[in-house]
Amino acid sequence: MALSREQIAMRVAQEFQDGDYVNLGIGIPTLAANYVPADIQVMLQSENGLLGMGPNPTEDQLDADMINAGKETVTAVTGASIFNSAESFAMIRGGHVDFTVLGAFEVDVSGNIASWMIPNKLIKGMGGAMDLVAGAKNIIVTMTHADKHGNSKLLQQCTLPLTGVNCITRIITDLAVLEVKNQAFYLSERAPGVSVEEIQAKTAGELVVPEYVPEMQF
Amino acid sequence: MAGFDKVVNSYAEAMAGLEDNMTVIAGGFGLCGIPEGLIAQMKLMQTKGLTIVSNNCGVDGFGLGILLEDKQIKKMISSYVGENALFEQQLLNGELEVELTPQGTLAEKMRAGGAGIPAFYTATGYGTPVGEGKESREFNGRPYILEESITGDFAIIKAYKADRYGNCIYRHTAQNFNPMAATAGKITIVEVEHIVEPGELEPSQIHTPGIYVDRVIQGSFEKRIERKVVAK
Repeated sequence: MALSREQIAMRVAQEFQDGDYVNLGIGIPTLAANYVPADIQVMLQSENGLLGMGPNPTEDQLDADMINAGKETVTAVTGASIFNSAESFAMIRGGHVDFTVLGAFEVDVSGNIASWMIPNKLIKGMGGAMDLVAGAKNIIVTMTHADKHGNSKLLQQCTLPLTGVNCITRIITDLAVLEVKNQAFYLSERAPGVSVEEIQAKTAGELVVPEYVPEMQF
Repeated sequence: MAGFDKVVNSYAEAMAGLEDNMTVIAGGFGLCGIPEGLIAQMKLMQTKGLTIVSNNCGVDGFGLGILLEDKQIKKMISSYVGENALFEQQLLNGELEVELTPQGTLAEKMRAGGAGIPAFYTATGYGTPVGEGKESREFNGRPYILEESITGDFAIIKAYKADRYGNCIYRHTAQNFNPMAATAGKITIVEVEHIVEPGELEPSQIHTPGIYVDRVIQGSFEKRIERKVVAK
């Protein structure tokens, strides 16, 4: 069975190591914060200038001056720091953030990502996504393997305008975990009950399948 | 005004000198940390043909969004403009031009502009529509694009506290773009929640030194929340 959004987020959270600084994009990536293993500590970076983002506030804690990059009200954890936008992107562009997790429309075998612009549709802007994909040490893309019409989002070459080039190394979809290297997608895990054939059928770009593909463990 | 005392007593005085076709850099992220009263004064002045440099363009009816109502903005330089129906309409009509700029590049353009650095190389945007037509160069085997810095005729800033000399402290994530914007204006105006006397702010805690600031005005803020989300 294809994973739910929550299950994708759970699998993402397994990637985090104790002591990681992590930036989570809007959508599924944000959900990963709910599944950080209890025995490790990660610090969430929000690119509007907060390192150590905490949960949403209670009504009593509500403060218009405390928001995240999605413009939602948040709190800060103990040990957090707050800074200006240039400082925030120095962390990102300087490669100091350990992980960034973000969604995408398309990813290709060269590690290119398209996530911000669909021609002839209204363009809202890239926000911090181009900086994040250019700067983070490890980037995980989370998305559904295919769009709602069944078209693969893992391509030989992206068709939409790019967010970044040669920057994606790992993809976690509702069907599989894949590495991007040597101009191919390498299948490393499949969702419980999902066959290699289904993944193959929904992957348009070159897919390398090892002899044994383990199921994801939750 | 005498010596370093930069406090002005009216919004008219605060925005004096703003003319049609000028470039205004505005601090703020969404509706957080925006100089509400200075924006309202710009609407009152009906200055037209403005280029506004700001991460966002407010929302319909609040923040920079109110400057769209009488078509005062000619061009927006922003990273994300998706919160605003009037913006969308004017963009589609061709009445408004937008230069979408990655958020980190935007912050760095302001920082560099204020620091006298005319341009800088960054990996952000290489190989994307943002990099098209821009000079690129490899350093240590990685390609970078050349981005030019930004300065403005005016910079409008929101701070939490400022002393009369213009030394500023921001509060929480209302800091955002304000410190960089403050450095990049030929005339920088700070609207604050609290004006204090020189000496009341701890010198080593000051975010924006007064040298960057030309005018300080006592504001009153609605501090509207764009997306109120509370714990369940």
